[in-house]
Amino acid sequence: MSPVKRQRLMLVGFLVLGVSAAAALIFQAFQQNMMFFFSTSEVAEGLAPIDRDFRVGGVVVENSVSRASDSLKVVFDITDLKTPIQVEYTGILPDLFREGQGIVAKGQLNAQGVFVASEVLAKHDENYMPPEVAATLHKPPAAAY
Amino acid sequence: MISELGLVFLLIAAALSVLLTLLPFYGSWRKQPGLVAMAPVLALSIFVFTGISLAILVWAFLADDFALKYVASHSSLFQPWYFKFSAVWGAHEGSLLLWAWMLTGWTAAVALKRGALTSDEHSLTLSGLGFIVLGFLLFILFTSNPFERLPTVPVDGLGLNPLLQDIALILHPPLLYMGYVGLAVSFSLAVAQLWLGEARPQTFAWARQWTLVSWAFLTLGILLGSWWAYYELGWGGWWFWDPVENASLLPWLVATALIHSLLVSEKRGQLIGWTLLLAILAFAMSLVGAFLVRSGVLTSVHAFATDPTRGTYILIYLVVVIGSALALFSARAPKMVKIKPMQIQSKETALLFNNVLLMVMTASVLLGTLYPLLLDALGMGKLSVGPPYFNAITIPLTIPLAILMGVGFYIRWKQDSVGRLAKELWWLGLFTAIAVLLAALWLMPDLQGMALLGIALTAWIGFGALAWLLNHARKTGRIAKPMLGAALAHIGFAVMIAGITLSSLYGIERDIRLAPGESVPLKEYRLHFQSVAQGAGPNYLTTEGTLRLYRGEEFIQFLHPEKRIYIGHEMPMSEVALDGRLSRDIYVALGEPIGDEGAWSFRIQYKPFIRGIWLGALLMAIGGLIAVWGRRNSTRATMATSATNAANAPKEQEALK
Repeated sequence: MSPVKRQRLMLVGFLVLGVSAAAALIFQAFQQNMMFFFSTSEVAEGLAPIDRDFRVGGVVVENSVSRASDSLKVVFDITDLKTPIQVEYTGILPDLFREGQGIVAKGQLNAQGVFVASEVLAKHDENYMPPEVAATLHKPPAAAY
Repeated sequence: MISELGLVFLLIAAALSVLLTLLPFYGSWRKQPGLVAMAPVLALSIFVFTGISLAILVWAFLADDFALKYVASHSSLFQPWYFKFSAVWGAHEGSLLLWAWMLTGWTAAVALKRGALTSDEHSLTLSGLGFIVLGFLLFILFTSNPFERLPTVPVDGLGLNPLLQDIALILHPPLLYMGYVGLAVSFSLAVAQLWLGEARPQTFAWARQWTLVSWAFLTLGILLGSWWAYYELGWGGWWFWDPVENASLLPWLVATALIHSLLVSEKRGQLIGWTLLLAILAFAMSLVGAFLVRSGVLTSVHAFATDPTRGTYILIYLVVVIGSALALFSARAPKMVKIKPMQIQSKETALLFNNVLLMVMTASVLLGTLYPLLLDALGMGKLSVGPPYFNAITIPLTIPLAILMGVGFYIRWKQDSVGRLAKELWWLGLFTAIAVLLAALWLMPDLQGMALLGIALTAWIGFGALAWLLNHARKTGRIAKPMLGAALAHIGFAVMIAGITLSSLYGIERDIRLAPGESVPLKEYRLHFQSVAQGAGPNYLTTEGTLRLYRGEEFIQFLHPEKRIYIGHEMPMSEVALDGRLSRDIYVALGEPIGDEGAWSFRIQYKPFIRGIWLGALLMAIGGLIAVWGRRNSTRATMATSATNAANAPKEQEALK
């Protein structure tokens, strides 16, 4: 084998190795960071995972928001108009968070079945309903799985 | 009445763009110079007519013509005039008109500046641009008419979304659109080259100039968007991996790759097929971006309102334009590409690696952005891909990219060797090591490996580019603008890496509760919460907090974070208070009242060198523009000589090095 050929072969080898390593890493990162969305009914039925983050969406139930007076802890219920679940969040809520507003929360379920949110999202538009929330609200009961 | 004229002018422009599509094409095919010569006139008229249409819309906004549905929905009497003005592109219809007008502007500029293009290349490029313009004008006319009337005229309009009432947002869309549509130029030229089956180095040089300009605009647009998100959304983040942000990043990544591969095609006549493909992909990404933002498939902060016909239209348009370009590519490219062996240790290969890395980045961002949408469209469940995915991909890919950037300038075309480079660049390694050492001492005791890596890459790229420039200036006695531009752009990237690394690793973000009179320490600073008061602005009511910022015992300044409620809108809006220095930002956002004692929640942040992110991006954009400007002047001077021995151009460039 001539030196040029050997060099070229090495390059091809490196490329194949590099590309497959990159693909494997990308795939792995993708798998780990996929976050599924559940409606509150699905969460109440225990369909949501317990050991990883997921997102849940629903409308904030009227008169359910209660704030601690000495910390930033907030507890409220959200619902898909069928089954509500309780959400707990510590921090500043988005400007648009309010009762009756559709929101999406990201976090995990704790042992008591309370959803501990690490992030609460409300769209920056007052007429807005997150599409996921709108879909779960309008989904006919038969289609609920 | 006058607003109907706006529509009429758009129709005229659309009709003219049919002619612009057909005449130069037919003329160059049938060798009828008379038809070809009409192209510039057509292109200019389209630009003027679309411009008048846009001006009429602007006038409708400034004159509060609420008979127009678009004006009534996005403006109001009490809005300051500059926000009435920027409300023109505050939503879908108007921003699309601005987009189309800019596209006609690029087309007119191409028509006037033929440069080194042959007559055939020039007329086919114009014809392609005419087709693209036509597509957008029809899109406006069929699905997004900004001149639509309301049956009854309301007394006042609904007002612009308060989030968009901001100076950065006046500028962000125009700059971004300039970048997006500018990529249509290199796209059309690539299609023209494929059609003609000819790839001349001068053509690639021409394409590189235009790509650089749109790249610079794209960079500025993204920069302003990021800056706006930082201080306007009240979260203190500067990049969220939001699909709409990704929509602007994707064409930027491909355009960056394209600028570098064009260099190889221009100077060495290699990677020709790849370069043409990238030119097609760059514009494809800008259309994908338009689709993502305007179709309503996204749940995002700044996606426009939903109308399924728009999404369908863009999708069909995308398939027609990009699909036919790719079909042409597959038919012609194999014949145009002359496979010449490339040495592994050469500048060509280094730039190829740069391209591979950038395209892997593009592909993974695209995957993370589109996969959730695709799954949802197929009814296979709803999921989202979070920032950790994008960080996990982009950070490791940036490292080899940055290593190449540091030495890239020094690698020789054709044949080089790692040994020679090592001998020439030992000092770069040394300087970098010293920089890392100093940084380590400075960061003690909170030393983080990633921070040192970030500093190392910054120093590596920064010193490399600076020394290359100075060395060249010393040898030739002057600073060549294209080199200055290139060096600046690379240094900008280095500064940006430093900004990202330091602000994300050493930043402090806290949500806290403060009662009046209470203080909270923040690094060497202290924030003292004084009071909250009510007030009013031109079109909003505000709740304004007053905090004192101290460094030790020394008073620095008052900070006034606000919570505003704009007239006609229920939603409250946070206005952040910032004490920004190059070395650090102190950021305070007002939360909500807690309990009965007048306590409030606050989001406070300390971000070291976060300005480096935007400063770096600014340097990159300036670098891009300087490179174009310098190049334009020097080509004018050498036009006469290089035209005669065009065939020797690559050799000549070689000798210049």
